[in-house]
Amino acid sequence: MDEVQIIPEEASHITNPGGMAMFSELVTLLGSSTKTLEKQDALINYFSLADDKDKVWVIALFSGRRPRRLVNSSLLPQWCIEIKNIPGWIFSECYGSVGDMAETIALLLPDPTEEKAISSLSFYIEKLASLEKQNEFIKKDFITGCWRTMNKDERFVFNKLLTGNFRIGISQKQMVNALAKTVKLEPSVIAHRISGNWDPMTTLYDELLSEHATSIDYSKPYPFYLAYALEENPETLGDEKDWQAEWKWDGIRGEIIKRNNQLFVWSRGEELVTDKYPEYAMLQQKLPEGIVLDGEIISLTDANVQTNTFTILPFALLQTRIGRKNITSKQLKESPVGFVAYDLLEFEGEDYRNRTLEERRSLLEKIVADANEPVLRLSPVINFNNWDELAALRATSRALNAEGVMLKRKASVYQVGRKVGDWWKWKIDPLTIDAVMIYAQKGSGRRSTLYTDYTFAVKDEERLVPFTKAYSGLTDKEFAQVDSFVKRNSLEKFGPVRTVKPELVFEIAFEGIAASNRHKSGVALRFPRIKRWRKDKKADEINTLDDLKSMLSAYGK
Amino acid sequence: MQLIEFTDKGLFCRAGNFYIDPWKPVDYAIITHAHSDHSKSGCKNYLCHTFTKPLLQARLGDNVYETLEWNESKTINGVKVSLHPAGHIIGSSQIRVEYNNEVWVASGDYKVADDGLSGAFEPVKCNAFITESTFGLPIYTWKDQDVIFENMRNWILANKALNKSSVIIAYTLGKTQRVLKALEHFDETIYMHGATYNMHQAITNANIPLPKINAERVTPETPKEKLKACIVLAPPGAEGSTWQRKFSPMAVGVCSGWMQVRGNMRRKNVDGAFALSDHADWDGLLQAIKATGAEKVYVTHGYQSVFSRYLNEQGTWSAEVKTEYGTEDEEVTAETSEEKKEVESEELS
Repeated sequence: MDEVQIIPEEASHITNPGGMAMFSELVTLLGSSTKTLEKQDALINYFSLADDKDKVWVIALFSGRRPRRLVNSSLLPQWCIEIKNIPGWIFSECYGSVGDMAETIALLLPDPTEEKAISSLSFYIEKLASLEKQNEFIKKDFITGCWRTMNKDERFVFNKLLTGNFRIGISQKQMVNALAKTVKLEPSVIAHRISGNWDPMTTLYDELLSEHATSIDYSKPYPFYLAYALEENPETLGDEKDWQAEWKWDGIRGEIIKRNNQLFVWSRGEELVTDKYPEYAMLQQKLPEGIVLDGEIISLTDANVQTNTFTILPFALLQTRIGRKNITSKQLKESPVGFVAYDLLEFEGEDYRNRTLEERRSLLEKIVADANEPVLRLSPVINFNNWDELAALRATSRALNAEGVMLKRKASVYQVGRKVGDWWKWKIDPLTIDAVMIYAQKGSGRRSTLYTDYTFAVKDEERLVPFTKAYSGLTDKEFAQVDSFVKRNSLEKFGPVRTVKPELVFEIAFEGIAASNRHKSGVALRFPRIKRWRKDKKADEINTLDDLKSMLSAYGK
Repeated sequence: MQLIEFTDKGLFCRAGNFYIDPWKPVDYAIITHAHSDHSKSGCKNYLCHTFTKPLLQARLGDNVYETLEWNESKTINGVKVSLHPAGHIIGSSQIRVEYNNEVWVASGDYKVADDGLSGAFEPVKCNAFITESTFGLPIYTWKDQDVIFENMRNWILANKALNKSSVIIAYTLGKTQRVLKALEHFDETIYMHGATYNMHQAITNANIPLPKINAERVTPETPKEKLKACIVLAPPGAEGSTWQRKFSPMAVGVCSGWMQVRGNMRRKNVDGAFALSDHADWDGLLQAIKATGAEKVYVTHGYQSVFSRYLNEQGTWSAEVKTEYGTEDEEVTAETSEEKKEVESEELS
């Protein structure tokens, strides 16, 4: 129950030599440290001290895998309420204020009353897994028993194991870099090894990170190379002849793999989505063995294999497919999905990432042509003679349902993660509209005690019509000011939502607009965020519903 | 007519014709404590605790101040008024008001744990109790201050080992004086931001006993060598300011009850967080209310709706009251304009 956060310096001589306590110290530190280097040191320190089994779990947890959910999510709060002897609604208020279930419970439980034996992280995870088939009372007995022996920080991570993922202030890339400093492998190799389909329950640390990988996982994807946004004038990139331009597609980044005569489809976020897109199934026949394609999972229609032309459909259609596992034939018809390929990462079983883009591209063109399938399309190269010409073409992006232009250096190799230099996204300016804030709600995580989630309205004669929410775009200082305004100007309270005096005007930026019957305003925005606080504008100077509607007819086909 | 009414100027006793902690100028104001949201300028007469007077003078300048000791009483228009320790900050008092055999207590801000500086909170029997609820959720339970101070000292030692300064962010009036208790173990100069230093001087000049430390104001002339791996106290407004940079390399620690929740710590983006509060925690609030024996409990600034509903469900009549308190000290988001000004002028100097 440390009030003070464990500071990085302490981590270098972590007090507890192992087990759950050491892991909880690591999580506390990663969640609170403000310095990347300190986080890295803490990870390196952990990876050099912890036992192998725990390390495998930490790698799994920090790369988005988590143990199967053992108990229904309503049971933990219920047990906590019983132990603390408080009304359920008080628990809800606390949760609303903290913004995290695991932490709310950790804060509410009384101080530990029992001594514990030092147990490892893997002990708890495996014990929890072994209870999966047991009845609720046995689970309750174990979990509440653990609570009685743990301090606040340990309970927090223990509850996290039970409730959800560890989004705790480090990126996968940081973890990979820390691992690279503890084992003799390149970060790119580690990133590849820890991606894909492996089970921390059965995988040994040595299998995962030995210098010679032993087992073969045919589904294993490559980490994506990600582009930085181009903020400068493209002329800063130098000679336009060195660059390949493509449209920036507004779908989901994906990798299609065919190895061992099986087809695997991965989306960004390392989710295996092969079954979600049955359209791709026939590619198992059409693609050669030992191949990995990088491209965009996207709604498209009217594909012509001769001319490589196709029509991209609005993202809203793809969205109807994303969450679903079982696809009906109606959905397949209404929201058809294709794959727009733009890179070749592996060919004939050989890693092609160190070859130049030019070389990869020419081979990719041949592969797509040979496959001769409407569903597999090639991301067209945009021809341009100078940067001005490209700028003019870029301005037409929205008509193609593209978000702008990608610029890739022709001589570049395919790198890992977000790297500056060779790949740039040159997005079109967003659409914007001025709106007034009418509802506010507390945020989550870092912003759990502040009103940071707002709903905005445009006016329709005398009426205010809510049309979007936005969560980001203000500085911490601005959030604090708006929060203070909300607290002083709330009109009513509905659960966690406060209605606020319509006074503060914001410019809302968004990438696209589509018709929607689920929203009062009749429109749904894509990627809405606060562009800036218009302190210079009064609430009666905001845009109107008609303005939104004309945007819809201009851009929202 | 209730003995104390909740008006748009503040808590008003009609029978005695005085206000308690009014937020608008009035003729006669009884002040619970010297934080700016509880003591506004422009009143014709102020009545407060002896220790509060110099603090008010430092903030509001010369005015007509009357003072009382704790448990000393005064009759105003037939209404008996006395002050009782609230344990919040130096001089902070609960105001007991008695008329026609009815007793009301306005607690201002309070904490029940004795910090050794503010006077130990004294439960006062009453018919109606007006309570704050800044931390009126059961997620807020404080550690013993000795434990927190120990953590703070370890944090400072660890910073020193890395040749870093320790910049401790604490509200100038209240938290800072408590932190001095943690720091008196260090045999070295404690550096202070101008706003912190001014308050420190005002308290020292009034002969109010403080932990023995050697305080020095940081000025643009302070040589940088002296500030290596030093200990600095600064108000919330100075956090992240350009003023702060001269202590680099440094670690920044924040003292506030809000630091109990991870989201707040992370949002603040600080290196050290100390859940040290001058307000009662959940158990403290309940304990204080029970000790008053009050039939009616009015809940002001903080989680008033939650807390008031909880009391009602537990069988204590309660209502929430809207006030303009809670803009200072631990209200995480806002610093007072007063303090902002001081901080800004410090940055310019």
